[in-house]
Amino acid sequence: MSAVSKHYSGAEKAHAHHQEEEHDPREFLMYDPKPRGEMNDMVMESMMTTSWKFWAVIAVLVVLVASCFVYAWGYMIANGLGTAGVMRPSYWGVFLVNTVFWIGISHAGTFISAILRVFKAEFRRPFTRAAELMTTFGLIQAGASIFMHMGRVWLAYWMFPIPNERMLWPNFHSPLMWDLLAITTYVLGSTMYLFLPLIPDLAMARDRSTGWRKSFFKVLALGFRGTEGEWRHLQTAMNYFAFAIIPVMFSVHTIVSWDFAMAMRPGWSSSVFGPYFVLGALHSGMGAVAVVLVIMRATMKHMDYFIRKEHFDALGKLMLIVSFAYAYFFFNDYIVQWYGGDRATDNLLHWLEEGKMSWMFYQLILFNIIIPWLTLWSKKIRTTPWLLAIIGILINVGMYWERYLIVPVMLAVNRMPFTWRLYQPRIEIFLTVGTFALFLLFYMIASRLIPLIPVWEVQEGQMVHTLRKVGKTHVPTVSEFE
Amino acid sequence: MTTIDLNRIGAKGAIAEEAEGKWGMVIDRDVCTGCQACVAACAMENNIAYVGEEDAGYGRTMHWIRIERFWEGEYPEVKSTHQPMLCQQCGHAPCEPVCPVFATPHSMSEQINLQVYNRCIGTRYCANNCPYQVRSFNWRDYQDNRLRPEITILSNQFNPDVTVRRRGVMEKCSFCIQRIHKAEDKAKSEGREVEDGEFTTACAQACPANAITFGRLDNPESLVSQLAQNERGYKHLDELNTLPRVTYLKEG
Ligand code: SF4
Repeated sequence: MSAVSKHYSGAEKAHAHHQEEEHDPREFLMYDPKPRGEMNDMVMESMMTTSWKFWAVIAVLVVLVASCFVYAWGYMIANGLGTAGVMRPSYWGVFLVNTVFWIGISHAGTFISAILRVFKAEFRRPFTRAAELMTTFGLIQAGASIFMHMGRVWLAYWMFPIPNERMLWPNFHSPLMWDLLAITTYVLGSTMYLFLPLIPDLAMARDRSTGWRKSFFKVLALGFRGTEGEWRHLQTAMNYFAFAIIPVMFSVHTIVSWDFAMAMRPGWSSSVFGPYFVLGALHSGMGAVAVVLVIMRATMKHMDYFIRKEHFDALGKLMLIVSFAYAYFFFNDYIVQWYGGDRATDNLLHWLEEGKMSWMFYQLILFNIIIPWLTLWSKKIRTTPWLLAIIGILINVGMYWERYLIVPVMLAVNRMPFTWRLYQPRIEIFLTVGTFALFLLFYMIASRLIPLIPVWEVQEGQMVHTLRKVGKTHVPTVSEFE
Repeated sequence: MTTIDLNRIGAKGAIAEEAEGKWGMVIDRDVCTGCQACVAACAMENNIAYVGEEDAGYGRTMHWIRIERFWEGEYPEVKSTHQPMLCQQCGHAPCEPVCPVFATPHSMSEQINLQVYNRCIGTRYCANNCPYQVRSFNWRDYQDNRLRPEITILSNQFNPDVTVRRRGVMEKCSFCIQRIHKAEDKAKSEGREVEDGEFTTACAQACPANAITFGRLDNPESLVSQLAQNERGYKHLDELNTLPRVTYLKEG
């Protein structure tokens, strides 16, 4: 290679470097506005376009839901829990694992839309809706899993404080009772919180659609026309809900953790479980949001305008931070239990490290702590969607193992060595597949029925953020409305 | 100085009196040979389901009492010991507060832990919280001879004093409460207290080695309270403070 060409390539590199340093502000959604009508059309178009692939996936999911959810559950109700793998001493199995897992997934939605809204984090604007949908649909799966695990589901209403002639009331000492109340509150709260920011978008969709969709949106939009008063009321209501749902979200997973923390079992009665479970929920939820966003962006039209590298970057950073916090609680829980020196607990910890299920224990550390730490520090990996999706999936696998270890595996090793026995899921496997299929089915149907991008939020953000031309460069500015 | 009786006002932590209990049992591990007669007698008395080979192999046997066998020492110097394990009728039962529908309340008159079968909705939380692992769950309709013709003969000899439990319900040892009630009723109609040794539980009745003794713990004269004072006596998992009503006598 000649000296000249060497010099030349060097200069080019320097140039490229220069460009990377000083990125164009228009690569951020907030500084890249489009005319409102055009943007609305884009969202509507992404809702309306369905290829044969969409219907093929729907068909597969419907078959899965019908066979693995409806049929399998019906079979289990008809034939008793004997069809499942649960037995003494693992009286709780995959159903409870699924419950905790789905509640965990549902936490990310609230976290992203409520906490980030309260703190005015701008990057959340285009994907709050997708995250909120995850909350609602995840909670439906969690509720279904709880009902699946009951011996006599048809009597589940006995848990509700219904007045009756025998004055039989539920036991408010039982953590399961608090669970029921917490999850019900959360389902109601999060559904309303999903609906409120949806109203302006539904009105937008109503104005731009025809046929049955028009009537559908007309009912849902509740006659919203966008007057000043309507906006003011909506903002007030959303503010209340954003603040109210945050403590509900934290309490729900804390209460779920009390199912375990309040029990007298080695490995379970740990006072750090409350925050530990909340952190774990956020961990798996963030991972799931990342996966959903990547899939949305790859499969739906125009989504690459709304969901950009900056969003993956921000999500990746959040995932990294949550995994730091998660690691703290994981080791805290472990070390405190180890230091406690209870003989039964010691046995259990030993078994986790060296027993048959130790692969789960090590995968949990690998997927939830080591892999995020090794990868997410790099901006390049954070902004590569498929890599982020893989990390998100791995985190979720790791979190699933964590719950699996806590529920059936910790039940297997208890204070009565005579009863030790490891649990094997049977029909639970199908029902787990069924809940996943149902979740995806709900999501896919929702993506074609309601605007998945909160357009008005994006437009509001773009109005606040402007680019001013100073000399030859554009300077981003943020103005405050209020 | 007046002292407030914490037990009367139902305050938590008031355990001094509860610790004594009313009905109690003493199991002498020194004479227990592990013959399983108690297990069979209990199953007959309390209509306990025969779960079949497959479920039994999977760890779903439903006995209310089981004989745990342990080996001590290295071959050839081995010794086997047996530990009958049944519901300890805890004074502070960990299974009680966790049930969402009060299906496992504490009986004030008998001072034992009850199980209300038709109130149970099958969350199985109580079984998880029982440190002794003595609760058993009806995974299938084991007692229905339309579904399982092979148990027709067994279902012909059900004890009419005891419910037949169906699927999805938790159950456990009740200290043969039907026998307790019968004896109490008889004593009441004759205007006296139940006498020591007047009746006993099915397991104690069946034990050929007389390893099990049942009776009134609140009567210091009774055999069971005398034995419970024995220096060999211990309570299982005492450190958990569940206040079990069953005293074990260790091998002498
Ligand atoms: S031994 Fe178990 S089932 Fe019996 S009272 Fe105690 S906790 Fe409840």
